[in-house]
Amino acid sequence: MDADVIVIGAGIVGAACAHALAQGGRRVLVLDARIGGATGAGMGHLVVMDDNPAELALSSHSTAQWRALAPRMGEDCAYSACGTLWIAANEEEMAEAERKQQRLHEHGIESRLLGAAALARAEPALRKGLAGALEVPGDGILYAPNAARWLLAQGGDSIRVEHAKVGAIEDDGTLRLADGSRRAAPQIVLANGIEATTLCPELPIRPKKGHLLITDRYPGTVNHQLVELGYVTSAHHSDGDSVAFNVQPRPTGQLLIGSSRQFDSTDPAVEAPMLARMLQRALDYLPGLADLNAVRSWTGLRAATPDGLPLLGQHPWREKLWLAVGHEGLGVTTAPGSAHLLAALMTGGVPEFDAAPYAPRGLLERSA
Amino acid sequence: MSGETLLHIDGQLVRVKAGSSVAAALRVAGGVGVARTSVTGQPRAPFCGMGVCQECRVFIDGRRRLACQTVCAEGMRVETSE
Ligand SMILES: Cc1cc2nc3c(=O)[nH]c(=O)nc-3n(C[C@H](O)[C@H](O)[C@H](O)COP(=O)(O)OP(=O)(O)OC[C@H]3O[C@@H](n4cnc5c(N)ncnc54)[C@H](O)[C@@H]3O)c2cc1C
Ligand code: FES
Repeated sequence: MDADVIVIGAGIVGAACAHALAQGGRRVLVLDARIGGATGAGMGHLVVMDDNPAELALSSHSTAQWRALAPRMGEDCAYSACGTLWIAANEEEMAEAERKQQRLHEHGIESRLLGAAALARAEPALRKGLAGALEVPGDGILYAPNAARWLLAQGGDSIRVEHAKVGAIEDDGTLRLADGSRRAAPQIVLANGIEATTLCPELPIRPKKGHLLITDRYPGTVNHQLVELGYVTSAHHSDGDSVAFNVQPRPTGQLLIGSSRQFDSTDPAVEAPMLARMLQRALDYLPGLADLNAVRSWTGLRAATPDGLPLLGQHPWREKLWLAVGHEGLGVTTAPGSAHLLAALMTGGVPEFDAAPYAPRGLLERSA
Repeated sequence: MSGETLLHIDGQLVRVKAGSSVAAALRVAGGVGVARTSVTGQPRAPFCGMGVCQECRVFIDGRRRLACQTVCAEGMRVETSE
């Protein structure tokens, strides 16, 4: 196949880009080194985030796309429309829940405030004494590795996947593979997650390590994706380690427990002190977790940009290269919106929301 | 050390050598020693024998435990259905 576009990386972002480009009539070659990435390590929460207008636009557009795709997705993508409960521990956080509802409302996103009693009815496993919650019913979850494979399969003959490692991007945009061979196409998309800086060291991307733990099957323990409202403040410190309460009910009945954030560690080892901190935080909200059996814990690396928004658009000086990187802890959610935006820009279309906030920025100048 | 331990596996009385693991008792009780059923309905049996594969999950006295990491105790109640 003579490809119109080569996508580097078959994680959820690369797969979504290939899918959107194929829908736009392009023949796409996807190169993946099969070294794995964040897509296989994350939680798969599809969540509207509203830290800033650009994040809200991208995440709400994306969750709407996931909802539209969901009825066609295979069972193994494990999509569930469980919604999110943003838990308010006290009156202060309840006031934040109200402000959040206002922001979502202004953007046309449905949400509902639950008082203490309604929250206790919705999630009896939560500890007593919580102030309430904001429910966002349009949020969901999925199993990202299978969703990525599904997106690629939707391309039919228009998408070909080759298992190969890209070793370098040459000045004219030609790709040099690890085996010494070369690949070229009129347009290249860089979507290889945390590995992006090995091919483009100028990218302003840092690793943010996260721990996760999954329990045995206990169906019905929890009904919604549960996140503490304090998450927004704890997760977005630009430095230092943090943990936040975040529990996801898997369709199997397992509970996936997150989340921790550590900057600049690339060691994949599970660190007992960090895991303990994270689980202690989870126990503060769901005391009954202590009696459950954990099956596995692991870590993953988020690709973080300084302002938390992904880099989506044409590379300022590398010929033919387009960027779809830096999705941090939200890339499963934002993959379809990112792909829509990038595919529109690459094919001369007009994206459904403003592309300016995501345009590649903060790149270090090419060293002489 | 001599002696035996008597425990219940899915309601059936099983006699094992004292100090045996529940994984061993599962074999004594029922051939391949099935521990649980996967989400797709496949039977699963102890595999690694050292607490890594998580294929040997059973209920022991009402709580989910790893059969290979639990020593049989007198009167213990083990249930393999999940
Ligand atoms: C602990 C944790 C929890 C998370 N929870 C959520 C969540 O709940 N919701 C959410 O939306 N997001 C979540 N995320 C974030 C999300 O997982 C990522 O943003 C997303 O998976 C990034 O996808 P990607 O396709 O950009 O990169 P990756 O998934 O990392 O994929 C990169 C791909 O590129 C390939 N590759 C790398 N180098 C090369 C090369 N040189 N040549 C060829 N191929 C190469 C790799 O093999 C890999 O397949 C979480 C992340 C972590 C770590
Ligand atoms: S047999 Fe592998 S964990 Fe018990």
